[in-house]
Amino acid sequence: MHDVNQEAMSSVWSGGASPFAMGSKKLGMWLFIVSDSLTFSALLIAYSYARLNSPNWPRPFPFSPSIVFSTIMTVVLLASSLTMVMGVAAAARGDRGTTVKWILATMFFGTTFIVLHMREWFHLIDEGLRLTSNPWGSPLFGAVFFGVTGLHMTHVAIGVIYLGIISLGFGRGKFSSEDVEVSGLYWHFVDLVWMFVFPLVYIMSISPK
Amino acid sequence: MNDHGATEGTHPAVPAKTFLWVWLALVFFTGVEVYLGYIELEPKLMLSILMGLSVIKAGLIIFWFMHLKYEKPSLKFWLIPATVFCIGMMLLVFFWDSFRLAALRS
Repeated sequence: MHDVNQEAMSSVWSGGASPFAMGSKKLGMWLFIVSDSLTFSALLIAYSYARLNSPNWPRPFPFSPSIVFSTIMTVVLLASSLTMVMGVAAAARGDRGTTVKWILATMFFGTTFIVLHMREWFHLIDEGLRLTSNPWGSPLFGAVFFGVTGLHMTHVAIGVIYLGIISLGFGRGKFSSEDVEVSGLYWHFVDLVWMFVFPLVYIMSISPK
Repeated sequence: MNDHGATEGTHPAVPAKTFLWVWLALVFFTGVEVYLGYIELEPKLMLSILMGLSVIKAGLIIFWFMHLKYEKPSLKFWLIPATVFCIGMMLLVFFWDSFRLAALRS
């Protein structure tokens, strides 16, 4: 009797059922994405609140070159999502070589995004933008701008490293196609966040003509 | 060891053309956003349209690129309302206070 109970308990505790018919890694990533989306939401709502609260909120981005430049960054990030989804599809087919190539392409676009973003940051720093001050208006702008875009850029950088590990492991047969899919979820989420950062932080801050 | 990492809910194979169309739609909506900024639409109207477009873009990414469309309905009914509810709770405070702030400034 004792053995039967122990067996039943052990079966319950070792799983035997997968919520939503998916692996624990994928479910874990979805949970992380929900929590991280709330982090970014809180940050963007705080940005909107600070902006509304400040009568002299700066709009420092001329359409050309700033918005053109950030649009290129957006298209680069979108391109990385397309290559990632192709990589996930190739992994599901079991085509290891093609998967690694698509993931490497994703890493290339991710790295390009970071380089472009850093260039933009240095340009703004040269113009006098600091965390606590700027030459255009409310000093809060710098903290908010660097805070929002910096947290996003950190996610992109972590994503590039994560994809590097996944491509190495998948290429060597150590990781499964589910691992590629889970890394894809993370990467698309990073892209998704930018779909809100770009209009709120950049397009709503275009300098008046 | 119980292998919970095993892929139980395998998705149907989605043609590459579908992903390409979704991507083109995302680029198109981005183009519309940039155009709205170029013509300097009135800020409140522009913000409303931009957020609407962002939600559509987010939906395209979540449902097609993140494959939520092909997951079990129970996952959708759990993930989406929970996230929307939490963001809604944050907006509940901000949204109404924004009218107070706007009234104070006018």
